[in-house]
Amino acid sequence: MKVKVLSRNPDEYLRETKRDLHKTPRNYDPNLHPFESAREYVRALNAVKLERVFAKPFVGNLDGHRDDISCLSKHPKHLSVLLSGSYDGEIRVWDVPQKLCLRSFIAHEGIVRGITYEPNGKCFFTLGDDKTIKTWNTAAPNTPEEEEPINTILSKTVVTGISHHRSKPVFATCGEICQIWEESRSEPIHTYKWGVDSLHDISFNPIETNLLATCASNRSIILYDTRDSGPLRKVVMKLRPNRLVWNPMEAFIFTCANEDYNLYSFDTRYLKKPVNVHVDHVSAVIDLDYSPTGKEFVSGSYDKSIRIFETGKGHSREIYHTKRMQRLTCVLWSLDNKYILSGSDEMNIRIWKARASEKLGTLKPRERTALQYSEVLKEKYATHPQVRRIARHRQVPKHIYNAQNELRTIKQKIKRKEANRRVHSKKGAVPFVPERAKHVVKEDI
Amino acid sequence: MTKTVRYFTVPSEQQEPIKDVPPKTVRKPRKNIHKHKNKVKPNRKVPLKRIPNPNPKFPGRAPIPEELLEKHSRGEGIDKSGIRTRIHKKKQFDRDLSYEFAQKQAARVEILLTEESGILEADPGETTTQFRQNEIIKNVDITAATKHFELVLRDFGPYRLDYTRNGRHLALGGKLGHVAAFDWVTKKLHFEINVMESVHDICWLHVETMLAVAQKDWVYIYDNQGIELHCLKSLDKVTQMQFLPYHFLLATANDVGYLSWLDVSIGEIVVQYNAKLGRINMMTQNPYNAVLCVGSSNGVVSMWAPNTRDPLAKMLCHKSAISALHIDPKGLYMATAGNDRKLKIWDIRSLTEPLQIYRLQSSANNVALSQKQMLAISMGNVVEVYRDCCTTTANRAYLRHRFNNSVANLNFCPYEDVLGVGSDKGFTSLLVPGAGEANFDAFEANPYQTKSQRKESEVKSLLEKIPSDLISLDPTKISEVDVPSLREKVEATKKLLFVKPPKINYDPRKKAKGKGGSVKIARNKKILQQQAKKEHIKTAKALKSHLLNQRKGNGTQTNKQKSKPKNVLDRFLPKQKSEK
Repeated sequence: MKVKVLSRNPDEYLRETKRDLHKTPRNYDPNLHPFESAREYVRALNAVKLERVFAKPFVGNLDGHRDDISCLSKHPKHLSVLLSGSYDGEIRVWDVPQKLCLRSFIAHEGIVRGITYEPNGKCFFTLGDDKTIKTWNTAAPNTPEEEEPINTILSKTVVTGISHHRSKPVFATCGEICQIWEESRSEPIHTYKWGVDSLHDISFNPIETNLLATCASNRSIILYDTRDSGPLRKVVMKLRPNRLVWNPMEAFIFTCANEDYNLYSFDTRYLKKPVNVHVDHVSAVIDLDYSPTGKEFVSGSYDKSIRIFETGKGHSREIYHTKRMQRLTCVLWSLDNKYILSGSDEMNIRIWKARASEKLGTLKPRERTALQYSEVLKEKYATHPQVRRIARHRQVPKHIYNAQNELRTIKQKIKRKEANRRVHSKKGAVPFVPERAKHVVKEDI
Repeated sequence: MTKTVRYFTVPSEQQEPIKDVPPKTVRKPRKNIHKHKNKVKPNRKVPLKRIPNPNPKFPGRAPIPEELLEKHSRGEGIDKSGIRTRIHKKKQFDRDLSYEFAQKQAARVEILLTEESGILEADPGETTTQFRQNEIIKNVDITAATKHFELVLRDFGPYRLDYTRNGRHLALGGKLGHVAAFDWVTKKLHFEINVMESVHDICWLHVETMLAVAQKDWVYIYDNQGIELHCLKSLDKVTQMQFLPYHFLLATANDVGYLSWLDVSIGEIVVQYNAKLGRINMMTQNPYNAVLCVGSSNGVVSMWAPNTRDPLAKMLCHKSAISALHIDPKGLYMATAGNDRKLKIWDIRSLTEPLQIYRLQSSANNVALSQKQMLAISMGNVVEVYRDCCTTTANRAYLRHRFNNSVANLNFCPYEDVLGVGSDKGFTSLLVPGAGEANFDAFEANPYQTKSQRKESEVKSLLEKIPSDLISLDPTKISEVDVPSLREKVEATKKLLFVKPPKINYDPRKKAKGKGGSVKIARNKKILQQQAKKEHIKTAKALKSHLLNQRKGNGTQTNKQKSKPKNVLDRFLPKQKSEK
């Protein structure tokens, strides 16, 4: 007779002292883990609910300006430093994590139109309605009374926007004409002009560094090459583009915020129609900024809301709003890809999290793995109706909700009318025009 | 204006401005790129040939046995031929790779399992059937020997019993009101009370601090000190109870044939309905899918879930009344015993013919299957245990034990080689070597759980409570593609077609005296009703014809050809082959 009965030695299953971790023997036999998929589904549901529960994106605000914020600029080397210019000509330098104003001075008479840092962050340029371009030292003087620009350039024409070259001591301004300046000279080294219309935004390509793009008030986007004597190409839209930003990772893609509530991503190689149309705003989009990863961008609109879009997608993944935030004038995505800064009409600069439910601060390893696991679960069960419903739901202000409904009915009406027209006219007389092709008038070379 | 060629200017654009180019031509340059790539291919670095292992002593990673891979397999995965786009194919391929990796890892981890399951082998010339309990006890170690014990409880039997999910605690319920709970390993008594009522069934809830007792009228919940926590008056005259641990449902069957599911986490009845089976004496759960199986006196086993009021499945198992049934913890096999003195083993997933039919000396009044598929049956005062009886035919009992009085209830203890037997005059714990799963998973059921671990696992499992609507025959349904079956499609169209005409609420205007009159009102109402009916019929007809057209329009080209007006010159066209 040979017999053995299960008898476990408790010492092997119990911890020795109270300071030890509990022993947890595992057995991955599927039979011991019933309802695998159902439990996973419930976990996914919980994960997506918790994500919504913890979605508290507002971090804080910087107040101090006595007029609306007109422009913001991030320091190229320091995450904590932020520059802001306002409509009364004041410039402020902020310490973002401490929410402190480090320095403030009146730089211009009238509105500050643009601020930009020099690539190594030693000085910054401001330009205002008084047609001057001033250079300031980043290091603050001993007393506020000593606040003096290093250099002041008086432009012959109005200047409305500025953009600095990625590496060279060259910057470009726009206004009536596009001017390229060298830091050491008081005269522009190049001027470009295409037609008589004025330009209101300019942006250097961060990768293909000689490339420049501007937005003109005749609803067009013009591309320049600084090595060239004339402008390259332009594309005319149906409504005015307000702002243009290059994708920091893909040299040939830029996105413009448009007056017609949409944002358009263009490929410079094929300007005939945008690569993508990003819809969701219910009023003119004023400003946008790319995340440093180039995968997402943030946009601020006249409808008092901030939206975050993924570059490949047509609809936003997130909307930020507060009761007190008024019309947005400028937005920024911080260089650590974690925060969003927004300046608005009611004199405040707000700090938001880029991912609404992200936990700030360091994560413990177990916490991190738990979050990673729930992230994977959310992705796996994303198409289940319950999960999708919870993940998509956003509470929006009433005025946006109503405007969305109104826009929807308008769109349906147009669609219906077009369909009716198509039915009652000769075949091919009313062609199907894709949404992407609708918003571009023409491309000029 | 001068023009220079830049990196972003596509050559075709330079030569001529494109106007309304169809997308295909735009894509052309892309195709060229691919062609170009193919040309470059031979120049690319060819991966080096793998050099054979110079040292045969270390042949690399150990191969994984096939049966282990099979054990941890989650199925074959989906057929990738149906995926249209390359990127989705790639995504699915990557996903499959990760599943395969997980499967292999799980199979490799088996080597870390510490315990081996028990065995009992007879010497040549002996059979295991002849071994009595005292012989087994003599030959096992002292801790294992303490697992055999007998409680003599003469006054309040017969006893029903229930082990907790981790197999550490035992609850006993005597028919005449004796309720006791204890840690049977250390023999530490939690409580012992007499409820002064008849006790019909006893059942642990999700933790060992709570148990439910079906008493004469209602179900009561006690804690581990014997304090009455709840009296569930919505569950009355309960005869059988089952706790579904992952759904937190206490499923009960009662004297009149009502099935009820009570959510113990919120204390509310989920569903309660009459199964129309009469008094339910036998009920067990399928641990694989949480479906309740009810055996009835006409030999039918029916399976019930809370979201439908009809049985999910019905099986005619015996030609006489069923006397006992049980499903193994893996949810593979069901054992049923009938009054026809037969014992049948069924594959519960296929619901077809029995795998095994055994003829017994007398009809079994209790059956139980263990984690390792050992079968215990009780016939009068005899308990027999069979080994390897599900897929192969067992010729002889593995163990046999005879009691002085008749057996009322028996149950295998999970994760232990122990069979608990409740009889008229007490409780006996029998050693059955090889009955229990040797290696437990501490996150699922842990016999050595401490208080803090119990608390944490309770919270975790509450968070993972599966909604009761997910109970169905196939528990993996939630992770599969939701394709409506043909039957559902037909029913959906039926719903569209066969709708009753709407009822009309006719509210006559208040008219001046002498102007209206009840006759006129009635007439007007009738006219309106007929109008509504006519309209309804009209729309229904339109819908019907539309649906018919849809069905026809799918594959019938011939219809279109027929409908074309015939031209005189058509006769000169080449003849079309008639379709068969």
